[in-house]
Amino acid sequence: MNVGIIVFPGSNCDRDVAYVTRDILQQPTRMVWHQEDDLSELDLIVVPGGFSYGDYLRCGAIARFSAAMQATALRAQQGKLVLGICNGFQILTEMGLLPGALVRNRDLHFICDRIPLTVERSDLPWTRQYRAGQVITLPIAHGEGCYYADEATLAQLEANRQVMFRYCSPSGDHTEASNPNGSLHHIAGLCNRQGNVLGLMPHPERAADALLGGTDGLALFQSVMQAMVLA
Amino acid sequence: MQTYQAEIYVTLRPSVLDPAGTAVQSSLNQMGYDTVSQVRIGKYIQVTLAAANDEQARQQLDRICDQLLANPVIETYRFDLNAVATV
Repeated sequence: MNVGIIVFPGSNCDRDVAYVTRDILQQPTRMVWHQEDDLSELDLIVVPGGFSYGDYLRCGAIARFSAAMQATALRAQQGKLVLGICNGFQILTEMGLLPGALVRNRDLHFICDRIPLTVERSDLPWTRQYRAGQVITLPIAHGEGCYYADEATLAQLEANRQVMFRYCSPSGDHTEASNPNGSLHHIAGLCNRQGNVLGLMPHPERAADALLGGTDGLALFQSVMQAMVLA
Repeated sequence: MQTYQAEIYVTLRPSVLDPAGTAVQSSLNQMGYDTVSQVRIGKYIQVTLAAANDEQARQQLDRICDQLLANPVIETYRFDLNAVATV
């Protein structure tokens, strides 16, 4: 599986992703500078976390127009897998590759924590190695991770089963107290209608090595690898 | 070509929670300004641009705002336009 990780000025989770795909999973991985415009050999494009272009104006607003993201949009249209993590999720919504927007956390705090999530479905390449309804724990670190979309969009997301991860209590309940940032419908991650573009605020790459205190994120990357082998 | 200066105001849509505005409002209320019932915080952006006339300047600014300066999913915008000099 050829993995490309886009690097913007201000990206800071790019090497964490490379450590997972290149070192742990032994997959060919290359860093893609934001000015590159040919991503045609890549099977998986990761838009990593960080502060692309300083997060000036709005998180992800400027990154959207980079050559690498225009090429990413083309690959997404061709059905290739695109994963946006944290700032990457913000960029994908700014581009319209995923619906909605990420706004300031409900309580205004930057949150750095480990939180439980439910995996909503396990029938897509992203989550085949999880069970639907499984509770996993992943790190979050964001100031603007409150998912917002209008009522009609939310209804569509639910009807099409596009919500992939929701914040929950340790026992798997979706209560207001277990929602760290005020996201509507407790949405922590969602995919596009076709299922080949996934965005999430939590960091699976920071939970892929037992040395870091958890490995619940590794299965996401393993799921993608498995999907590639089967394809 | 005419040079224009635009003053652009970007604000969150009323349906979007504005926690920063809410925090400032509760602070104002605590200071005793109990007549303050709502605070919303937005952005103010100045842009200088050249265009053949007012109409073209407005069209350009609409595109600039729709594409980059505002996110139509969560924000609305308006702008004031002033001609500053003739080149």
